[in-house]
Amino acid sequence: MNPLDPRILGDWWNTWLHSTGLAEPWIVFINALVVAVIMLGLGLTSVLFAVWLERKVAARVQDRLGPNRVGPYGLVQTVADALKLLTKEDITPDAAERVSYNLAPGLAVFAVLMLLMVIPFGPGLIAADVNIGVLYLVAMGSIGIMSILMAGWSSNNKYALLGGFRAVAQLLSYEIPMILAMSVPVIFAGTMKMSGLVEAQANWRWFGIVMPAAFILYFLAALAENERTPFDLLEADSEIVAGYHIEYSGMKFAWFFLAFFLNTLILSAVSTTLFLGGWQGPFVDQVPLLGIIYFFIKASIMVFVFMWIRATFPRLRIDQMMAFAWKVLVPLGLVLVLVAAVFVKLPLAPLARDLLLFVTNLVVLAVTLGLLGRHLRREAQRFSARRLATSQS
Amino acid sequence: MLNTYAVIGLYALIALSFPFIVLLLARLVRPSKPNPLKNSTYECGMETIGDTWVQFRAQYYLFALVFVIFDVEVVFLYPWAVAYGKLGLFALIEMAIFIGMLAVALVYAWRKGILEWQ
Amino acid sequence: MVMQVVFLLVSLFTVACAFMVVTHRNLFSSALFLVGTFFGVAALYVLLEAEFLAVAQVLIYVGAIATLIVFAIMLTRGMMSGRTSPRNEQAVWAGLGSIVLGVVFLYLVVYRVNWPVVEKAVPPDTIERLGASLVGHYLIPFELASVLLLAALIGAVLIAREKEF
Repeated sequence: MNPLDPRILGDWWNTWLHSTGLAEPWIVFINALVVAVIMLGLGLTSVLFAVWLERKVAARVQDRLGPNRVGPYGLVQTVADALKLLTKEDITPDAAERVSYNLAPGLAVFAVLMLLMVIPFGPGLIAADVNIGVLYLVAMGSIGIMSILMAGWSSNNKYALLGGFRAVAQLLSYEIPMILAMSVPVIFAGTMKMSGLVEAQANWRWFGIVMPAAFILYFLAALAENERTPFDLLEADSEIVAGYHIEYSGMKFAWFFLAFFLNTLILSAVSTTLFLGGWQGPFVDQVPLLGIIYFFIKASIMVFVFMWIRATFPRLRIDQMMAFAWKVLVPLGLVLVLVAAVFVKLPLAPLARDLLLFVTNLVVLAVTLGLLGRHLRREAQRFSARRLATSQS
Repeated sequence: MLNTYAVIGLYALIALSFPFIVLLLARLVRPSKPNPLKNSTYECGMETIGDTWVQFRAQYYLFALVFVIFDVEVVFLYPWAVAYGKLGLFALIEMAIFIGMLAVALVYAWRKGILEWQ
Repeated sequence: MVMQVVFLLVSLFTVACAFMVVTHRNLFSSALFLVGTFFGVAALYVLLEAEFLAVAQVLIYVGAIATLIVFAIMLTRGMMSGRTSPRNEQAVWAGLGSIVLGVVFLYLVVYRVNWPVVEKAVPPDTIERLGASLVGHYLIPFELASVLLLAALIGAVLIAREKEF
């Protein structure tokens, strides 16, 4: 095999394991254990980096420096924050329901950690290449939803409960556009396996280039699923006072915090896998190791864009948010699924078909923006007319 | 194939217990000085007024309901999407009918004002 | 051998959660145990190599229906604080009757039913076959499902709007 193929490590390890003469179930168990520990470590350390990146990006956008005291360029800042949160007192309100209150943060982190299993980091580098990769991602998100409900209710706090309801309503509403957008690559690739989706994007046929509207749809839905600006009504400081994790302090809050940032990383990784070609890139066939580099570059760009948007845009009101999800994104998703389906069956040459598909995407986006713009203009006119009426009376 | 799920299952057990183990460790490290003021429920610095319940808004429930409908639709969508490459044109028409029905459902909910958030 | 142990553990977990759903006093905890039951059933599907069903189970039951149930519980005032006893006056007779019925059914199911056993291995492309059969052999039920969903939505809207909240 190609010496620069990271799978060589796996083969060497497996042959050594088999040579020790252990029974098959034990080999599976040991492999699973190794993979689990590696994934856990990878997830946690990457979050440390992600928090630092978020603070630096926000700082630079706001024309200031960000953390730069603790360690070189402030890189150790997150470790210091984690240690601080670890040693903070855990103030549990008297009226809280013990079991759910303690379970919720752990479940939130668990839900996000599970997603790491199906991310293809390079050719052949997936922890668990299940046949249902894409749906697995969505299914694990539903555990996160349960944890939010538990957190909101068990805190026995009006604001936490209200925040929990609203957060769950937001997550549910944006899950449908996300699932619809994710089905477009599945239509193109004919498989739900994450590795299959990346392999179907060879030769620069990235699904995000061929079908940019689906990519944008997925990106917007992912922003909302991650509860990031402009959809972060629930955790904004000026809003409903920290939402569903208002009664959590110390390490329990740290787990919610970690789940948030790990979710950002994973959503970026998933969007690069589904729409930006994953680990595909020039010369990956000859030098498979490059795949990992390409993947990390693309995922980092997506992470940066997530954070850039957070530092730039104001937030939507909750009714605007819900209306946007159900009245704009869901119809758009349905239309895009049909468009993708129609184009897959068109008897054209592949290049011509992709070009036409790209143009159709732009047309669909233009129509959507046009309709949205007209609606918003009418809203603005109605608002100013009402203000004029009340000021004159 | 089951080996893959074994990896997921084992990872699930580890990932599930990890946060709680760390929380247990944290309990050893952190101070614990509870007093009634700290342990009272937070309400912007005031005493809580009334029981903790939220006014019954059909809104939340209806959004969850519409979500159930579309969730089931999407679950039907995925096997079709996977098999679509090998199927004929008829598959497209059938799925178009299916999506059309759900679009009617969405329009109905829209017109009845279910999708408004007060 | 390993499969047997795993199957036993998963079934035990599922049945235990189901038992707790029925017997627990706190309604919210019952809902959480129901979620546990759903996951147990999903794990059983995985053991049967029906992975799409497993993920559909988690997606629909845990993601949508459990959320709906919890919403319903939370939004009904008095449900959370009230602690209802799961037993009533006829508990003893009901328990005896259900045990007898359970034993009879178990006997019938284990010894009298001809369970067809497929000797072949599970094909690797179950999802593709599912998709093909949805628009092939099972087209009518497929389209009827969409009509059913439409009817469900209309019904829900009608009920919600009957009483003005």
